[in-house]
Amino acid sequence: MATVSLRNVKKSFGKTDVIHGINIDIADGEFIVIVGPSGCGKSTLLRMVAGLETVTSGEISIGDRVVNGLEPMERDIAMVFQNYALYPHMSVFENMAYGLKIAGTPKGEITARVEEAAKLLQLEPYLKRRPRELSGGQRQRVAMGRAIVRKPSVFLFDEPLSNLDAKLRVQMRLEIKQLQRRLGVTSLYVTHDQVEAMTMADRMIVMNGGVADQIGKPLEVYGNPQTEFVGGFIGSPPMNFLDVALAKDMPTQAARLGVRPEHIQIAQTGAQAHGKVLYSEALGAETLVHVKLADGSFATVRQDASLAQPEEGAQVGLAWSKADQITFDAHGQRC
Amino acid sequence: MEKRVTFKGIWLPLLLVLPQIVITAVFFFYPAGQAIWQSLFIPDPFGLSMQYVGLGNFEYLLSNSYYRASFVTTAVFSILVTLVSMGVALYLADRLIKGPGVYRTLLIWPYAVAPAVAGVLWLFMFNTRVGVVTWYLGLLGYDWNHVLNGEEAMGLVVVASAWGRISYNFLFFLAGLQAIPRTVIEAAAIDGAHFWTRFRTIVFPLLSPTTFFLLVVNIVYAFFETFGVIHTITSGGPQQSTTILVYKVYSDGFVGQDLGSSAAQSVILLVLVGVLTIIQFKFIERRVHY
Repeated sequence: MATVSLRNVKKSFGKTDVIHGINIDIADGEFIVIVGPSGCGKSTLLRMVAGLETVTSGEISIGDRVVNGLEPMERDIAMVFQNYALYPHMSVFENMAYGLKIAGTPKGEITARVEEAAKLLQLEPYLKRRPRELSGGQRQRVAMGRAIVRKPSVFLFDEPLSNLDAKLRVQMRLEIKQLQRRLGVTSLYVTHDQVEAMTMADRMIVMNGGVADQIGKPLEVYGNPQTEFVGGFIGSPPMNFLDVALAKDMPTQAARLGVRPEHIQIAQTGAQAHGKVLYSEALGAETLVHVKLADGSFATVRQDASLAQPEEGAQVGLAWSKADQITFDAHGQRC
Repeated sequence: MEKRVTFKGIWLPLLLVLPQIVITAVFFFYPAGQAIWQSLFIPDPFGLSMQYVGLGNFEYLLSNSYYRASFVTTAVFSILVTLVSMGVALYLADRLIKGPGVYRTLLIWPYAVAPAVAGVLWLFMFNTRVGVVTWYLGLLGYDWNHVLNGEEAMGLVVVASAWGRISYNFLFFLAGLQAIPRTVIEAAAIDGAHFWTRFRTIVFPLLSPTTFFLLVVNIVYAFFETFGVIHTITSGGPQQSTTILVYKVYSDGFVGQDLGSSAAQSVILLVLVGVLTIIQFKFIERRVHY
């Protein structure tokens, strides 16, 4: 168990800068999710912590040690890969025991530790099987088991759930989170799925184009996005971005208004904006109403299914309270 | 499930495999049958008559010390050629897996050189009077003379035979290495395995189907296809130190004009390679992880 800290960490491939200086202090036992779209540098950042990519400049420390120059094996970390990266010619037991065997752990202890991990992950019936004889979810567990048995001070997860189907993903997401709580191991988790980030993270790093746009607790990031990108990326459906002219008393540099779909009501009186209903998506408990505003922009309203649903093509008024609106300047920054 | 193609009659499938059967019959079954038949006779020096001797040719061969020595020579030669060509190819494939494509292209060129031509190339470099390498070795104080020294002659034909083969092995090893996911190697690195441990416990086992295939193919190559190299460089000498079995078949039959013995030797060679291949498939294949 250890703290992890990144100090102005940068990465370039040749002349292309992919990570422009990341700073974060991760507490012991904290679960950090790095989230962002493809190509934002999140996996590269994780691989730098793992030691699979070199650090161009800046400093990465695990515990009290600066690990920049250390080999992956010297960093006391374990990593779970997106494609699991199991050793195909070894049984589940051998897969999990591999690291311990290399470290020269006594045989009895290896067996004990592997069996303990297998029990924790409900893998006991499969210990003798080869990876190809397992389902996706089971392989995922073996990859987790391989990380657990070594008792590392940091877990690194590189999109571990992307290859699973939607239902299994929800289940494994909960399991990983519970397991991490129980073991109390500092974890870095990379995903492009904002729901995973919201549900699993103690704190999350939202990355965009090699920059950490915002670092914070999930609800804080959701309720108080620091950039337009964060508002749009976190939350589904994303935040609505509206013309600043729709609100009064705005700061002069304000360029756009951000309002979450659940904060907009369809109202005939006191409406700040008017538009035509394009279509509605009834999701059961709630309905998403997509509206085309008079100025040609679009807005989504998320409302309770019990409320009256407007007809498609109907003219509606939209209202929101001033407390729920967030203003961004022309560069997408908060103002 | 594999989809099986079924034919209604027997004539179409027969017609489709006919060319292959004809080729095999003309170039393999007929000569092999001839060899077996002739191995039971001794022809007279003028080729006008043959005398039946039963297994006499075989008895004579097995009691002949030169022939027995040729077995050892063949074993040493084929093991060395296989090890050198596969070892170097694997090393190059591992180094060049991420390298520029131009190296890979250049590495494939030697495969296009015919064995006899390759033999002449190496012969020029190591020629005892005008060879470039011989001259440099002389500067270093080493007196290279493969015409007199049997071990040097063996070394030279091994290098010349392995050289063209490296390209072929390299291609297969490269493809094999590329099929191993990079993350598996990275996972092993994180698990604490250093380069050699990773190679021994992860890369080599995953490469074993390729290695097994190349082993079979290379041994067969060393047994038969190296004739041109040996013929051009040493002609089996000095003192038969590079006379491998297939070369002895040639020299006893066409130089020594002992066609009965030559035929008996090719029968022995045929059986030997068959047995070797069966052994390889039976015993080594079991340890291969497909």
